[in-house]
Amino acid sequence: MRHLLSTADLSREDALSILDTAEEMSGVSAREVKKLPTLRGRTVVNLFFEDSTRTRISFEAAAKRLSADVMNFSAKGSSVSKGESLKDTVQTLEAIGADAVVMRHWASGAAAQLAASDWTDCAVVNAGDGTHEHPTQALLDALTLRRRWHAAHHGPDQSPRGTDLSGMKVLIVGDILHSRVARSNIWLLNTLGAEVGLVAPATLLPVGVETWPVTVHYSFDEALAPDSAGRTPDAAMMLRVQAERMVGGGFFPTAAEYTRRWGLTDERLATLERLRLGETDCPAMLLHPGPMNRGVEVSSAAADSPLNHALDQVSHGVSVRMAVLHLLLTGADDS
Amino acid sequence: MVATPETAESSQVMSASDVERALTRIAHEIVETQRGTEGLMLLGIPRRGAPLAVRLGEKLARIDPSFDPAASVGALDITMYRDDLRSGAARTPEPTHVPDAGVDGATVVLVDDVLYSGRTIRAALDALSDLGRPQTVRLAVLVDRGHRDLPIRADHVGKNLPTSREERVSVKLAETDGVSAEQEGVVITR
Repeated sequence: MRHLLSTADLSREDALSILDTAEEMSGVSAREVKKLPTLRGRTVVNLFFEDSTRTRISFEAAAKRLSADVMNFSAKGSSVSKGESLKDTVQTLEAIGADAVVMRHWASGAAAQLAASDWTDCAVVNAGDGTHEHPTQALLDALTLRRRWHAAHHGPDQSPRGTDLSGMKVLIVGDILHSRVARSNIWLLNTLGAEVGLVAPATLLPVGVETWPVTVHYSFDEALAPDSAGRTPDAAMMLRVQAERMVGGGFFPTAAEYTRRWGLTDERLATLERLRLGETDCPAMLLHPGPMNRGVEVSSAAADSPLNHALDQVSHGVSVRMAVLHLLLTGADDS
Repeated sequence: MVATPETAESSQVMSASDVERALTRIAHEIVETQRGTEGLMLLGIPRRGAPLAVRLGEKLARIDPSFDPAASVGALDITMYRDDLRSGAARTPEPTHVPDAGVDGATVVLVDDVLYSGRTIRAALDALSDLGRPQTVRLAVLVDRGHRDLPIRADHVGKNLPTSREERVSVKLAETDGVSAEQEGVVITR
């Protein structure tokens, strides 16, 4: 692996190697000295053309725990606001001595453009590009799902190393159209053997969704009910309603109607609480990539419910990003 | 392990029972030098050091019933501490498991299969110091093949094996190499 741009081109072996490495990285985050010497003397640049707190901090924590030097660059207040091009910005950063660029950009495909260009020799990590992909978010979701799924079936003391998500059924609920998190998750969960269901109003589903490896539901209640084989979902991933991407409106009548039909209300939370992971006695899972809009896509009770793994997702995010930086920045350049 | 080329000459230098006897002797040596097993912790270095540490732990429990392998045997991965991470392919770390008691104040015996350059042990010492401050650190290896790059020596050695740098020493264990218990052993290839 030279870059991490998308989960669509991630093989099952590469995905498992990232997840297995992340499992070992979690051990580091639990100990007193939260530091590894692995990337000593290497420089990671966080290049953020779009606002983000948790992803940037998560990447920063990951790079620092591996002893890399971190430079943070946000487009606001930089020469980008004076009209500097991506090419010039990146070449400047490389001249400073960057080894990896973690980039978030408002344009879909920006990270791929950077990786395909000859502007830089840096490893490129896509930290979210427009409405295209956000691979590390999907990897941390997969890590969260895998750990619970494996613990439910084999006990909490067994390491989930080498296992995938075969047999798991995951719902992704909400604004699929604008969600790079949903896209990255669909490809990755599919690669890992999970079954993916999408739940959204027709206006928030992309054109061509019928060609994706998913089942589409227009009703959340129907999606939570047992399917023809009698199986219920094991996890519901609630997406944030991205008001900033819905300029012009017209996607749904009002926020209240969205909540009533596609939100995780207290009534639907009660349904989710009755669901179990596969054939086990362990409760089903609620995931949210954050930041949550309480009262819109999740009710306050759902947000505070023990089913909610949002904080696990945040801590797993650091482990996954450590794993990605380790795997991209070590090894010979030609391998 | 890499498949042996047809032109290569290989010879077995330790059989399964040799490995078994060497581990039994090392277990007795450890008890003798420590005057018992109090505060003793075995940390195997993956991959092959980890199962060797488990076997040594079982033998120690037979010699001294007060030794509890479940609370005193673990594994210490050194991938992230290697000094050659920039060469070869990127490596996925192996599991690290440190018994709940922690390494602070313990007598830690690092266990590995082959001692060669000493670089793995250097990395293990660094990894260990990030976990805490052991009272003493000792080293037990199944095979010492010489050619050290660093000033490191083993306290307990299963077999001293004079080799040339061109030769390749491979240890085969049931847990890590998919061989049967009778096929275990140490092979030298040139």
